[in-house]
Amino acid sequence: MYPITPGVSNLAEGVDKTFMILFAISLFFLIGITIVMLWFVYKYHKKRHPVPSKSKGNNTLEVIWIVFPTIIVLILFYYGWIGFKPMRDVPEGAREVKVIGYMWDWDFEYENGKRSKDLYLAKDEPVKLNMVSLDVIHSLYIPAFRVKEDVVPGQTNFMWFIPSQVGQYEVLCAEYCGLRHSFMDAKAYVMEPEEFQSWLADFDPEETEHKGLIIVRNNACTGCHSLDGSKLVGSTFKGLYNADRNVTEDGKQITVKADDEYLLESIYEPNRKLVEGYPANVMQSYRKIITDEDVMHIIDWLKSEEMR
Amino acid sequence: MAKLDTPALEQSFLNNHGKNPIRAWLFSTDHKRIGILYLLSIGFFFLVGGLLGGLMRIELIAPGETIMDPQTYNGVFTVHGLIMIFLVVIPGLSAVFGNFFLPILIGARDVAFPKLNLLSWWLYIFGAILAISSQFLGSGAPDTGWTFYAPYSTETGSNVVLAVFSAFVLGFSSILTGLNFIVTVHRMRAPGMTWFKMPLFPWSLYATAWIQVLATPIVGVTFLMIVAERLFQIGFFDPSLGGDPLLYQHLFWIYSHPAVYIMILPAMGVVTEIIPTFAKKHIFGYKAIALSSLAIAAVGYFVWGHHMYTAGMSGTARWFFSFLTFIVAVPSAIKVFNWVATMHKGSITVRTPFLYTLAFIFLFMIGGLTGLWLGALATNVHLHDTAFVVAHFHYIIFGGMGFAFFAGLHYWYPKMFGKMYDEKLANVAFVIIFIGFNLLYFPLFIIGMQGMPRRYADYLPEYTGGHFWSTMGAIVLITGALLMIYNLIIRTRKKGTPAEMNPWGGKSLEWTLESPPKEHNFDEIPTITENPYNY
Repeated sequence: MYPITPGVSNLAEGVDKTFMILFAISLFFLIGITIVMLWFVYKYHKKRHPVPSKSKGNNTLEVIWIVFPTIIVLILFYYGWIGFKPMRDVPEGAREVKVIGYMWDWDFEYENGKRSKDLYLAKDEPVKLNMVSLDVIHSLYIPAFRVKEDVVPGQTNFMWFIPSQVGQYEVLCAEYCGLRHSFMDAKAYVMEPEEFQSWLADFDPEETEHKGLIIVRNNACTGCHSLDGSKLVGSTFKGLYNADRNVTEDGKQITVKADDEYLLESIYEPNRKLVEGYPANVMQSYRKIITDEDVMHIIDWLKSEEMR
Repeated sequence: MAKLDTPALEQSFLNNHGKNPIRAWLFSTDHKRIGILYLLSIGFFFLVGGLLGGLMRIELIAPGETIMDPQTYNGVFTVHGLIMIFLVVIPGLSAVFGNFFLPILIGARDVAFPKLNLLSWWLYIFGAILAISSQFLGSGAPDTGWTFYAPYSTETGSNVVLAVFSAFVLGFSSILTGLNFIVTVHRMRAPGMTWFKMPLFPWSLYATAWIQVLATPIVGVTFLMIVAERLFQIGFFDPSLGGDPLLYQHLFWIYSHPAVYIMILPAMGVVTEIIPTFAKKHIFGYKAIALSSLAIAAVGYFVWGHHMYTAGMSGTARWFFSFLTFIVAVPSAIKVFNWVATMHKGSITVRTPFLYTLAFIFLFMIGGLTGLWLGALATNVHLHDTAFVVAHFHYIIFGGMGFAFFAGLHYWYPKMFGKMYDEKLANVAFVIIFIGFNLLYFPLFIIGMQGMPRRYADYLPEYTGGHFWSTMGAIVLITGALLMIYNLIIRTRKKGTPAEMNPWGGKSLEWTLESPPKEHNFDEIPTITENPYNY
């Protein structure tokens, strides 16, 4: 009868308890009122009850059904609030993880600088997610933990919880954010604390990334342009430099080389030379967002061995 | 419609008296003709919006791409919302039955400002043309959802400017209708009709009109701010221009939450008229129902924040909005209790309008009770932005407002057109619509609870079952709706029998007029001595 399995975080109990109370009260009123209504329709049908009563109302009843529902909704409010309150009270010493949401992917950054595309968590250890967006509003939603908070550009929102069961759970984006909104998902892996520690330590902070890659990632380019040759909304970065591109310019089909000049133009005026097979107007100009110097870093990175 | 084959039709408002029919309709200031213009235009857009909804359901019948790519899907749910909200449910009952019956129910010959009334309809049509053009002109169909959340709406490459401008124009249509109704109710009541002798449908229209006049300008200005931000880079909402995305949400919901009451209050008014007629009994708790409409309109202004619990508001704002949200549930509950109590010891006949009314109460209760699930903070965090919200909203708006619209349509159809439809066929259509509706929307509660987010063009395989049954429901619902339309338009035109003056035995003023009414409604303005529920 009950459609969901119990949640697996410390916050789930308050949420699920509120669900149970709401479910019981809703069912009681829905079924009760419906039965009374249908019973009246049957019992006071014209055939069985030809002469209607002259009653116009009853003040005692009005008072009862003003006061009684008011008490019930206040009780429901109370349970909703009690179940919610701990969601805003972060305990001291919670592990802080930075969440970066962008069109259309998540990055998670841990205290030692390690980054991951999925969220790694230690069982029974409180974690606080500090969430920022690089572009539009997203919303981090982990149904199994009963947590959700919008990820809003220009401000840092937070959520916290203690995962209580080892396993693999869905991380979804709940706030509509454009083309690939429904594909903006990740996994949350809950591990035993020791296992988590060794995962976290498996990281070499010396291994520096190319500046161009950092710029590309910070501007959320990788939401549409893959690094591994797969086709997303836009063309892949892999092997892009100096490749032949079949493009449409002013309605004419031409073939150009993806050289420095082409790449600069495609970042600043993406719809001028439109590569065959990709829609117009999805990408906007980055002229005001990425400086000339940073574009040079990106091109430099595209020339690098890892991207050829 | 204009086939003149009964003596009543000869003198009726439907007779063009030899004038050019297009001119006589499109430029008529008769409130009844304007009501029918709205009925036809809203009916048309309801079908378009329903078709788009059906296409979305087909896309979602199974995971993966079925008939459209994600960009198309995003455009389709945007235009579905835009059409259904701004062109169907916001004007909805007020514009159709309010226009047609408000003056009649209060014993007047027209609304206070008939020309303004015609202008409202023309603004509606102009806004509708803009909304439809936004799909085809410029840089692609809008893909923001009907909520136009910034900064997505200020950054996307699609044609947002025209879409929000259409909503801005439609807002004016709504404001002018509201203004017209407020003045009409204040100034045009028949002699002897005091406030508490007025029928309850006009009461609900009056409460609605205040929301239309006071809340709509806010969203109008908000939409202009979107336009300004897109065209002139003025930073209201986009943080990269120095704006605040939450400001947009506050401004949007300050209107758009009360807008839900613009939709549902007249629906409550319609069923409040229908129940006493078929129970042959005085409405139970007249004053409680009248005043609860005003209470909903008033408290409804202060609950908008419940759309934003997870948006990053302060903890205080979250519990405060939750508290007020629970309070606003009470006046709706009062109405339900009074409706059911009206049936107690009545002498009930179950006819088509009454069937729709019973369904309305049942579906509205499901919509209202699940609203408590969303109003409670703890459960909202889990349910916000999931299919549960989609189901809740459709139970309120379609199950509530939509079923009340169908109830009103079957109730007043004989009065409006002077013909009686085939009631058996109407009841068959009702059963199909009722089953289809529940099959379409109920599974969305379940998959929403399981974590299925809304506005998803694709989904994880575990939600397949719910989506499949929901799509089946859509097919059943559309079948029933088409049968209803066939019955009311095609069949009645050919085989409809002339309607009596008072086919249901009602006591309100419209039943003292011919079916259909004369152009000037009343030969003599009636004097009122009691409210219209004394059976």
